[in-house]
Amino acid sequence: MFNLFKFASPATFYPLAGRLAMGFGIASAILLAIGLYMSFFVAPTDYKQGEGYRIMFIHVPAAWMSMLIYVVMACWAAAGMIWHTRLSSMMASSLAPTGAMFTFIALWTGALWGKPMWGAWWVWDARLTSELILLFLYIGFMALESAIDDPRRAARASGLLALVGVVNVPIIYYSVQWWNTLHQGSSIKIVDGGVESSMSEIMVWTLLVMTFACWFYTIAVALCRVRSIILEREANTSWVKELLQGAKS
Amino acid sequence: MKSRHKRMVFIAVGLVALGGAVALILNALNSNINHFFSPTEVHADAAPKDRSFRLGGLVEVGSIQREDDGLTVHFRVTDNAETVPVVYTGILPDLFREGEGVVAQGKIDNEGVFHADEVLAKHDETYMPPEVAEALEKAEQAKLEQAKAASAVESSVVKPLTQPQEGI
Repeated sequence: MFNLFKFASPATFYPLAGRLAMGFGIASAILLAIGLYMSFFVAPTDYKQGEGYRIMFIHVPAAWMSMLIYVVMACWAAAGMIWHTRLSSMMASSLAPTGAMFTFIALWTGALWGKPMWGAWWVWDARLTSELILLFLYIGFMALESAIDDPRRAARASGLLALVGVVNVPIIYYSVQWWNTLHQGSSIKIVDGGVESSMSEIMVWTLLVMTFACWFYTIAVALCRVRSIILEREANTSWVKELLQGAKS
Repeated sequence: MKSRHKRMVFIAVGLVALGGAVALILNALNSNINHFFSPTEVHADAAPKDRSFRLGGLVEVGSIQREDDGLTVHFRVTDNAETVPVVYTGILPDLFREGEGVVAQGKIDNEGVFHADEVLAKHDETYMPPEVAEALEKAEQAKLEQAKAASAVESSVVKPLTQPQEGI
């Protein structure tokens, strides 16, 4: 029987991660090329915002990824605490820098979009503020982990922060519904199990292609990063020594 | 109970407790998290009188009047129930239009006029090509005219349904 837990061991996961990273990296590059072409040339001009709305095709996927990565990171942290698997905390820390990057992209492109459309780079409304808190959570997670020398204690402390911070994710997502905000509501919503959209269909498709490009990019980069973390933490084990000798000869 | 089940329950209970605490805090802070007050809230005296606050709503159609200096603009903000007159001197964002959302920061004077220091445009989550918007508007217009014709036949009293609109 195929045993998924076999890959919870870093030694077996290391070569698998390498092959997966390559596949997802190529898929991401292809989707990104298609998505960017659609963003600039296929998606129509907006009736109200003209061409300026096109920044949405990077802003929205980045914002979605920033929330999704945080939830995945918190799940890995929880798994690490429950099963004490070494790989789980490594996966959590490999996702954090990419999550922080997407959060920063969402905030930055949002500012560039807000200035011409709203008239302000930044306002302290619930959506923008909770997304900024998410950036601080990512930075806090990385800082806390690197501040503690012992990897197991570092994983416990940073994992706890990741778990506590996960309450912020629904707040970000529902902020535009719960409170009056300057930020507009969601264009694509899940209502009674169905998906409703207030965008033209081709715009939704463009968003989806860009989102999958960002998603596959995240997987590829996180897997590359986790390979480095595995080598660093397992440097004294025999399989890493064999691997290095094989690479030298 | 195995120790890993214990840890699982501990994490689940911790998250639920934390979620509950955050929900209570957010509920208590509700009025502070809201970014703006609506005209109805202003009329109900929910908005602060003596200090600056934000007023949000739609720019009433036909209410925009510019002074001769070209910078001072008068308009009314409505939530389709109440309206608040606003005066603002400065450059308006591109999306500031009649019938569109707006959030203004400023103070209300004794006569109920809102003096804005900053006016931001709030757009909605609808995105579509201009042709589609045009087609939708035409359909809406046709519907209105149909309703108008029907009501004219019914009551045999012809009243103008649409108000005369001032140009910007």
